[in-house]
Amino acid sequence: MRFVEGLVVTVEVSVAAYCISLILGLIGAGAKLSNSKVARGIADLYTTLVRALPELLLLLLIYFSGADALKFILSLISEDFEDFEINTFAAAVAALGFIGGAYMTEVMRGAILSIPNSQIEAAKACGMSRFLTLRRVILPQMLRYALPGMGNLWLSATKDSSLISVLGNTQDLLFMGYRASAVTKHYGFFYSVAAILFLAITIISMIVIKMLEARVNRGYR
Amino acid sequence: MDTTLKVEDLHKKFGAVEVLKGVSLEARTGDVIAMIGSSGSGKSTLLRCINLLETPNSGRVYVNGELIRMKPLQDGTAKPEDIKQVERIRSKLAMVFQSFNLWTHRTILENVIEAPIHVLGLPRKEAIERAEILLAKVGIAEKRNFYPNHLSGGQQQRAAIARALAMEPSVLLFDEPTSALDPELIGEVLQVMRKLAEEGRTMLVVTHEIGFARDVASEIVFLHKGQIEEKGPPREVIGSPKSERLRQFLSATRH
Amino acid sequence: MDDSLALFIEIVPTLLAAVPVTLVLTFLSAVIGNTLALPVAVGSLSPHIYLRYPSLFYIFVMRGTPLLAQTYLIYYGLGELFPGTWVQQSFLWPYLRDGFWYAIFAFSLNTAGYTGEILRGAILAVPKGEIEAARAYGFSRFLIFWRVTLPRAIQICLPTMTGETILLLKATSLASLITVWEVMGTARQIQKVTFRVYEPLIAAGILYILMVFVLTRLMMVVEQSINRHRLAPV
Repeated sequence: MRFVEGLVVTVEVSVAAYCISLILGLIGAGAKLSNSKVARGIADLYTTLVRALPELLLLLLIYFSGADALKFILSLISEDFEDFEINTFAAAVAALGFIGGAYMTEVMRGAILSIPNSQIEAAKACGMSRFLTLRRVILPQMLRYALPGMGNLWLSATKDSSLISVLGNTQDLLFMGYRASAVTKHYGFFYSVAAILFLAITIISMIVIKMLEARVNRGYR
Repeated sequence: MDTTLKVEDLHKKFGAVEVLKGVSLEARTGDVIAMIGSSGSGKSTLLRCINLLETPNSGRVYVNGELIRMKPLQDGTAKPEDIKQVERIRSKLAMVFQSFNLWTHRTILENVIEAPIHVLGLPRKEAIERAEILLAKVGIAEKRNFYPNHLSGGQQQRAAIARALAMEPSVLLFDEPTSALDPELIGEVLQVMRKLAEEGRTMLVVTHEIGFARDVASEIVFLHKGQIEEKGPPREVIGSPKSERLRQFLSATRH
Repeated sequence: MDDSLALFIEIVPTLLAAVPVTLVLTFLSAVIGNTLALPVAVGSLSPHIYLRYPSLFYIFVMRGTPLLAQTYLIYYGLGELFPGTWVQQSFLWPYLRDGFWYAIFAFSLNTAGYTGEILRGAILAVPKGEIEAARAYGFSRFLIFWRVTLPRAIQICLPTMTGETILLLKATSLASLITVWEVMGTARQIQKVTFRVYEPLIAAGILYILMVFVLTRLMMVVEQSINRHRLAPV
């Protein structure tokens, strides 16, 4: 039963991290496609660094630096500020979201570039403002091209969520597997149970993604 | 054995559609048989049944007097009894495709020596010698180390012909060899094919080039809806066509 | 600041010594995994159900579960089987005690799954005309696969494979969690010993960036030599 709790935690971590990735991805893609050299530079640095470094390394770096930064800021604000432990859940979510954001940026950027220019021109010709164009034309159409990549990133998020156990968090699915097996010494069995539950997440995700893809591609078949 | 190729009563169905309804054909050594007809008449299918790229539902194919043994299956189709026999016979029936089908990851020279080395077991040196002669013969010797993607359509098709000749086949099968070419490139390929015919090679050519058929073929076969409507030497078939459909076809494809 | 810099200079040699471990992990896992991917890919395309389903299932499991879970499963799972058995006395034991070979085993199996899927798609993408030409010339089925299908498929999937190899390099960092002293593990150890949090991680990060850079360049050279046929004629 503990396994199911672990499952829930894993899903929570994945969802939260994924949402952050979505937001960062949108911002990043926007930055990369913008006219500002500074924005492009920062975004390029972001994606290149994150994609060149192992997730584990980034996780630890962000965890430590995030914790320190937070403590620093808080110590500036309040005077009798005590040291505290950062919640591992939040840290992992932040870190995984940050990492996912870099990959998401690339997916969205590629998707936006794939939108035929004629679509945007048509919107301009109607007199749509840039913001309106963005909202009613670019985003919906980008979704169509981005969905496969976004789906893959979701699946990655669910799997990377298990890295949370490295930070000392003891609530996710993988750790449940570890604990159950460490106690009973039946490592093979309990890790397999964890694996099967991960597969369940994967299967359900893949079904949902297929449904979304069908829906988004409505006008094109 | 004078008859190099014999086809008896070939039937072929794709699903519910019968594409070949009992076709018989004979090719003697040195014959150049041109097969003409509108799309869907079954001419390509007939050619592909000969080297078993498609398997006929019934009928018999003899190559150099040898029957390709077939085994009928429950659903009305058939399959070859011995795949080794088929592979051996295929090595004697070289095919030239409409879309060339050169192996794009190998140079022209490598394309021409590939089959002789790996199917016929020819030593590499001999295969290369043979290839050099053939590439010169079709006029693209200087392109030997180029990759197919770098050649024009006409050059690629000539390379494909060299590849076919390298197998020293009993019969050359041409499946609409010029249909995918730009008009100005068709001539160079037809010229090569004409040379081969004059050398006395046995050729089976499915084509839309009526002029070529009239000038080069020893026999023309007109297919319509899976059957041979008319058959005979060019001056008869093209000069004075007996069937109404053939007359319509010829006037529609005035060159 | 000087303090940090001095520490950096001290750390780097230690970390550099671990780089070969990371590289060997990557290389061996890539070689074994990609070789295994071939039967997996071919099996997944087989007309025989008893070959196809297991291959597809294998790919599904490898891609559907976290690499970390697979690694733990193999390290602890196999690890629980061995103590007390004859294996402990055999010549294999030194291999089986060290996390290194478990890591390679886990990474190879995982790679076989991912590459298997990539190869599968590549084989399906080989132009049918070229395969038909080989058939028409009397090539046996094996020869067609070996001389036409496989070379073309490898060409097709090479760019994706470059990306996958980079991912593998980064994934080796997980080996640190099963006591393998590659770059990540060494960095963590340095953290514990020196009580410094950032310097080891940053130094490790720089090393990873360098390794990824070199690997990318290497793969580009490989790609170019295999893709000669696409470039302009010489």
